[in-house]
Amino acid sequence: MPQITSTPTVPRTASSTVISARNLRKTYGTFNAVDGISFEVPAGESFGLLGPNGAGKSTTMKMIGGVSSRTSGDLSIMGLDPDRYGPEVRAHLGVVPQQDNLDEDLRVRDNLLAYGRYFGLPKSYLQPKADELLEFAQLADKAGARVDSLSGGMKRRLTIARSLINDPKILLLDEPTTGLDPQARHILWDRLFRLKEAGVTLILTTHYMDEAEQLCDRLIVVDKGAIMAEGSPAALIREHSTREVVELRFGSERNTTVARELEGIGERLETLPDRVLIYANDGEAALEAVSSRGLHPITSLVRRSSLEDVFLRLTGRSLVD
Amino acid sequence: MTEQQLSGGTPAADAHHAVLGLRSPLTPEQTAVRVRRFGAFYYADMWIRRMRGYGWTVLMTAVGTPLVYLFGMGVGLASLVDTNGAAFDAGDGTTVSYLVFVAPALLATAAIMVASEENTYTVMGGFKWHRTYYGPNASPLSSAQLVDGHVLGFGVRLLITTGTYFAFLLIFGAVEQPGTGWLMIFSAILGGMAFGLPLMAFSAKLEEDKGQFAMVQRFIVMPLFLFSGTFFPLESLPGAIRWIGWISPLWHSTELGRILSYGHTEPAALTAVHVAYLVLLALAGWALARRNFTRRLGK
Repeated sequence: MPQITSTPTVPRTASSTVISARNLRKTYGTFNAVDGISFEVPAGESFGLLGPNGAGKSTTMKMIGGVSSRTSGDLSIMGLDPDRYGPEVRAHLGVVPQQDNLDEDLRVRDNLLAYGRYFGLPKSYLQPKADELLEFAQLADKAGARVDSLSGGMKRRLTIARSLINDPKILLLDEPTTGLDPQARHILWDRLFRLKEAGVTLILTTHYMDEAEQLCDRLIVVDKGAIMAEGSPAALIREHSTREVVELRFGSERNTTVARELEGIGERLETLPDRVLIYANDGEAALEAVSSRGLHPITSLVRRSSLEDVFLRLTGRSLVD
Repeated sequence: MTEQQLSGGTPAADAHHAVLGLRSPLTPEQTAVRVRRFGAFYYADMWIRRMRGYGWTVLMTAVGTPLVYLFGMGVGLASLVDTNGAAFDAGDGTTVSYLVFVAPALLATAAIMVASEENTYTVMGGFKWHRTYYGPNASPLSSAQLVDGHVLGFGVRLLITTGTYFAFLLIFGAVEQPGTGWLMIFSAILGGMAFGLPLMAFSAKLEEDKGQFAMVQRFIVMPLFLFSGTFFPLESLPGAIRWIGWISPLWHSTELGRILSYGHTEPAALTAVHVAYLVLLALAGWALARRNFTRRLGK
């Protein structure tokens, strides 16, 4: 086990890089879960990893979290190699795993105290900190409750509270809101947004586009272990989609035939089994052009382009299992 | 939410107050130094705290088991054995009663029972069902420290069990030489470790319980219990199956107990073999468990 005698100091300026990955690769047998990805995250940024199931998001998170070793490439967190300085790296982080792993044998508040002990933190700090975090996670009245009596959203908030017990500057969140109802998601988003405002660097994976748009300053779209695109949500939409999208439904049988008559309207046309999408910078104008060709859809909708359009364009519409 | 909460304070100020109000007294670097040094104790502390959750079971097993066995075997069975004139050779020409003969074996068995309880479903469940290992594994603790902490906590549970058991043995008058007899507590703990730690390593590799644990209970624990010189001297077994005793940690641990409890005499070399065999099994199991934990948690 490596012994650290002098602790490395990392300059903490707003622009300093807290996470840097170069050609990061993780192979299980012959399967490349993460296939040579590179990115950098500056302090205080909210950075997202977007991708379908099996894209390699969680594997990347585990490598950043210092629990899974990489096959090749470079990775540094706060200037430290997690494969060599595992405990040092993990001491910097707060981790919210994809699957809750709260200690069901302990009560709600005790879960926070217990976790804090793993960081060698003294009780004199942990007791008031646990109360502060329960307040933050809106769980103060559940302090003495059993963990298995909590709802999914409460467990998730408790997991986030637990990840903050060591007062980390970097928070890793692996699909923080998967499986939660809209109310629970919005409460979580609010809490995460506050952390971001307080200067905590957030690294999160998600396959919810609205979540990425809400929370991420910048993101990478990952598919099959590789980066497909990188940028802020707005820049990605600008780059990979049009400003607006017109959704037209002519009935399942007619969509394909009608689509041929729509050629030339907007920037791009996509025919799906249930609807036709026209990607255009001016949606209303495109819709007028449709009617002027004598075509009358059953329903029509003009909306702003979203990250979901970018995502589907980059990672395809076929189902990934 | 009240009116005041809705209108009061900027979000940034709230966040600062709510999230960063209390700063950690340790830097991450200081945390890492502490955890590298004391991590196993932090986890053991937690292990023992969690044991309190089923403290009633621990206590009932620790108190109930000796009572049941001592009445059943030590008093009931002993009255039959002793009235039939069977004598249990202490090895130096003197004989001891059946109760005294069987007591070290009962104590050693209790440790083995606790070992199989704490190192099967709990360990596998920590990976598969409750996933209790993944939380601490994301903290500065290392996977190996989780194993070390488990060993420490498990040692404490063994101490509670064997200590209580020994007290009952004294009450029942089952220890001829209490002066050295109390050391049986530790030979039994060693036996529990020699059996429990390899089992822990095995459980850490299991992906699914297809009845393996029931098999362990039926085809390992039970035969060991019956054929390890527990209820009768190993020498009274036919030579062909005496090997079960020789490989059994229970036999080695029991024999050590007999030496301590009533001065059972045997060649010093054999005593050394008992100790060496148990220590070797425990250490090998410990090392394997560390390896298996690290591999499984690092996937």
